[in-house]
Amino acid sequence: MSENPTPEIIEPSDGARNTRRTGKVSSRTIEHYVAPLEETPLLAVDFVDETAEPQSMWSQAWRSLRKRPLFIISAFLILLVIVVAAFPQLFSHVDPTACRLDDSSETARAGHPLGFTLQGCDVYSRIIYGARASFLVGLFTTIIVVVFGGVVGALAGYYGGWLDAVLARLGDIFFALPLILGAIIVMQLPAFRDNRSVWTVIITLAAFGWPQMARITRGAVIEARGADFVTASRALGLSKFRALVNHVIPNSLSPVIVIATISLGTYIVAEATLSFLGIGLPPEIMSWGNDISNAQTQLRNNPETLMWPALALSITVLSFIMLGDAVRDALDPKARKG
Amino acid sequence: MRFNRASKALVLSAALALTLSACGGGDGGAGASSGGDATKAISANTTEPESGLLPADTNEVGGGRIMDLIFTGLVSYGADGKPVNELAESIETKDAQNYTIKIKAGQKFSNGDPVTAKSFVDAWNFGAAAKNAQKNSYFFESIKGYDKVSAKGATVETMEGLKVVDDTTFTVELSRKESDFPLRLGYTAFFPLPAAAFADPKAFGQNPAGNGPYKLAENGWQHNVQIQLVPNPDYSGPRKPANGGVDFKIYANTEAAYQDLLGNNLDVLDQIPPSSLKNFADELKGRSLNQPYAGNATLTISDYLPQFAGEAGKLRRQAISMSIDRQQIIDKIFFGNKKIATDFTSPVIDGFSDAIPGHEVLTFDAEKAKELWKQADALQAWDNSKPFTIAYNVDGAGNKEYVDAAVNQIKNTLGIAAEPKAYATFKELRAAVNNKEMTGAHRTGWQADYPSLYNFLGPLYGTGAGSNDGNYSSKEFDAKLAEGLSATSVEEGNKIFNASQEILFKDLPVIPLWYQAAQGGWSENVDNVKFAWNGVPMYYSITAK
Amino acid sequence: MFMFISKRFLQLIPVFLGATLLVYFLVFATPGDPIAALSGGKPMAPAVEEALRAQYNLDQPFWIQYGLYLKSLVTFDLGQTFSGQEVSDVLGRAFPVTARLAIMALAFEAVFGVIFGVIAGMRKGKLFDSTVLVASLIVIAVPTFVLGFVLQFFVGVKLDWAKPTVGVGAPWGDLILPAAVLGLVSLAYVIRLTRTSIIENKNADYVRTATAKGLSRRRVVSVHILRNSLIPVVTFLGADLGSLMGGAIVTEGIFNVPGVGNLLFKAIKAGETPTVVAVVGVLVLIFVLANLVVDLLYAWLDPRIRYV
Repeated sequence: MSENPTPEIIEPSDGARNTRRTGKVSSRTIEHYVAPLEETPLLAVDFVDETAEPQSMWSQAWRSLRKRPLFIISAFLILLVIVVAAFPQLFSHVDPTACRLDDSSETARAGHPLGFTLQGCDVYSRIIYGARASFLVGLFTTIIVVVFGGVVGALAGYYGGWLDAVLARLGDIFFALPLILGAIIVMQLPAFRDNRSVWTVIITLAAFGWPQMARITRGAVIEARGADFVTASRALGLSKFRALVNHVIPNSLSPVIVIATISLGTYIVAEATLSFLGIGLPPEIMSWGNDISNAQTQLRNNPETLMWPALALSITVLSFIMLGDAVRDALDPKARKG
Repeated sequence: MRFNRASKALVLSAALALTLSACGGGDGGAGASSGGDATKAISANTTEPESGLLPADTNEVGGGRIMDLIFTGLVSYGADGKPVNELAESIETKDAQNYTIKIKAGQKFSNGDPVTAKSFVDAWNFGAAAKNAQKNSYFFESIKGYDKVSAKGATVETMEGLKVVDDTTFTVELSRKESDFPLRLGYTAFFPLPAAAFADPKAFGQNPAGNGPYKLAENGWQHNVQIQLVPNPDYSGPRKPANGGVDFKIYANTEAAYQDLLGNNLDVLDQIPPSSLKNFADELKGRSLNQPYAGNATLTISDYLPQFAGEAGKLRRQAISMSIDRQQIIDKIFFGNKKIATDFTSPVIDGFSDAIPGHEVLTFDAEKAKELWKQADALQAWDNSKPFTIAYNVDGAGNKEYVDAAVNQIKNTLGIAAEPKAYATFKELRAAVNNKEMTGAHRTGWQADYPSLYNFLGPLYGTGAGSNDGNYSSKEFDAKLAEGLSATSVEEGNKIFNASQEILFKDLPVIPLWYQAAQGGWSENVDNVKFAWNGVPMYYSITAK
Repeated sequence: MFMFISKRFLQLIPVFLGATLLVYFLVFATPGDPIAALSGGKPMAPAVEEALRAQYNLDQPFWIQYGLYLKSLVTFDLGQTFSGQEVSDVLGRAFPVTARLAIMALAFEAVFGVIFGVIAGMRKGKLFDSTVLVASLIVIAVPTFVLGFVLQFFVGVKLDWAKPTVGVGAPWGDLILPAAVLGLVSLAYVIRLTRTSIIENKNADYVRTATAKGLSRRRVVSVHILRNSLIPVVTFLGADLGSLMGGAIVTEGIFNVPGVGNLLFKAIKAGETPTVVAVVGVLVLIFVLANLVVDLLYAWLDPRIRYV
């Protein structure tokens, strides 16, 4: 609420004061603490422009979103990462695969602003060229997990009953399977054995990541399906499925956004773990994860080689978390007011 | 406002509780150091043994170091790798094929059974028989009759080459002449066993009764946690314990063990983790060592690869060998903790020579490498569309770093496409090697079972030998090996074995890289730490302060 | 309610069978030869190899292997490890340790996660909120390996407040540091989930009503806002318990905890089917039960949610 000026005390009029009463008369003077209308104009937000097009929740959110500094900054950062991922050669002229042991663990010098790795590769160049794989892994794993896990969770939570039992237990089974075991198997599938790529990792991580998202969505949907506005919309004649899509899901989104934005970062790190175990990206594909895990053994000798790719990862995750926050705020009419 | 203050206090007290109790946890465990004595136990690192503690079934370090302490064989190896008689009174032969072995009388197993000639013969027969499925059974293959007991579905359980003469004498007849047979007798597989072991091998393996300088403490083996050994009062050999026992703590990785060593929470560590290779000597301030042991690292290029066959293949292997700057990798990746290879064996082995003709092929020479590669190209063009790969298993610490470095050097020197190829597990790499699925080189290495030149050559490069990954086969080399084995003395044999290496330098079935070295450290609570020829600490001589 | 719970227990049977079948198949399908690895790359007599294969049923086709496994399972025989120990003994040693570790980690992330999340949510955009965000980023971007290693070095070695690794018997005190490291990444999730939920609920009508009623701010926050914000947090924690039980490979390695994570990792690497299947079987049961508890908590947290 915006701060209102202290309302003036309206003095009772002379006429009222002079009125005589019969019977038991109170000696209290009644004071009115309501400001006259002209001093407290209606706020613009409450003004309904009846000639305007009716707005959907999403377009309202977009209008609110695009003015938020949080959104502008995060969108800019994400755009930057995308450009780096798409055109790494614009940002570095050093070949990231030209590694000479002569330069092993050397510190920064002209043309090599962040120094060299243990193998004598240029750290800066590897971060620039590693952005593509890391970004793709993070983004697409998250998208697949949100779509698949979200749909499963929403259906399970909304309809309940046997559908919930089957979907939730299926999730339990997948959740219990060790990621490493699954990754070893996926890497060996005929389709991937000889051309391991970013997609191999994305599919592996998504296959084992969706149950968590399904659980979270299911919980949020169970909470939202009992809300008054859902009952109201059903009473207004909306079909059960339409109520799910139009009202339940939009109101279950915030935990999903939180989990998704953080997971994006953890997927990039998980790729590092898989690569470290030899079941992730092949060594010739550069990624921040690969570089972080390579730097692990040098943690005590040359911690900078670990710090820089971790910093790149942090900035990417930060921008997605900020974006998620901005989107969530924009979708929440209560938060928008405050 | 009230809310804020209240919750801050809550957070603070919770954090305080955390640190306080963490403190309490530390106090309980740190042992106070006091004056040295032979009754105090020391602690050391190990890994969980991968099988029951039976001599012929233990084939890895975790179980091997325990076996070496709770059992003793005919001979044991001194710090220099030279055999010292333990139970053997004498081991005699005239023809390198028939051996007469006399053992000391009056020795006992820790369950009271006497150690006799029969204890050896029965244990060896048990180890060799196929039905017992002992992993080290191939160690008995030179004994006459091994082929019969080890055949599939064999009903014969004793080897005809082993005969008990009396309580303290037995004879061994080999199926061919092998002059280094006596050198092998200190290996785990050749330890004696009491009768109880054959009645219930599984139960015995969990709680063995041995005849070594130590014995298992009561309930001493807590799986995945620790193995506690106490001195064996019945032992009277040369390896008399100088401490009150060894508590082996089981570690899943050496990183954790090293932190414990720094915190004086562990006394002896036999392996420094890769992250500390650079600084461990400084950090431990004189409480560390770095010494070569009987192991080496090599690259094997299988000759079934069409591009590495014949004369062109030989030239290519030489070119690759000369394009690897081994010293630079040792300096930059291992921080100097290896020794550059000059032959196919190891410098700690008796008879080693670093001046075998032909060893120049192991020296880095970029110009020569390029020239050799060009010569090979003239014979058979190199297909540059597929990269040259070096395969390795990721589950072995440190493999990735040196393979990456070698790949980059080959790429930079020869100008060909080269890539490392990672296998997730050792079993996967082994399966690919056994199924001949290699697309290039793969990392190999050998750790000697017993200190002998032959052990570095015969099992690896003999035609059809068990660990001959590259399918190397040379009649000339096989003849030299046989000649060396039939020499009547070890010295004579060594000369011939070294001559056989000249053939290997020409053919280069594997590319030797460097000799392994053991890096170890010890805490402020112990003294007199020495490592043996095989890189394992000599636990019995360590004293507690 | 009783029907709801007993139905859930009945579901355990198909879930257990499905999970064991699937995981048995996965281990069966992993590349590499476990027997070849047992020999450590050294030669092995063919007859010995054959005997070992027969001992672990590795010479049988998949369905027979799984059938034999189920058959022995009926008599509560979980099979043997390659080192000749009973899998039931191995599990019996590892699970209590891991359970202690997981419970402590869960308590750590629940307590600190909710407290920090509430403060950050109530003071959205203020200094505390931003500090927590940056700290969470570090936890997310720096691998557990590094964080654990650094904490171990400073707390365990430099300051000597705790033992660097977990001692014999894995006492509770030794597990505090590993549990904190283990809970760190999840802590970031819990904080952000709580924070977002709080922000969403703090402007709700019932909060205004409660404030207007003259309730203390503390009571409004802890009873009204928090209770209504906990559903996503509880969901996450329930799911996380399972991950903490099975996926603590890195943390257990750093602090040398003889728990399930390392057991599973080693067994997968070695292709030791009975161990992998047994661990996953137990994990799946834990997941289903944790889920049941979470579902019951939903009804407690939000009386509008009902089960029949």
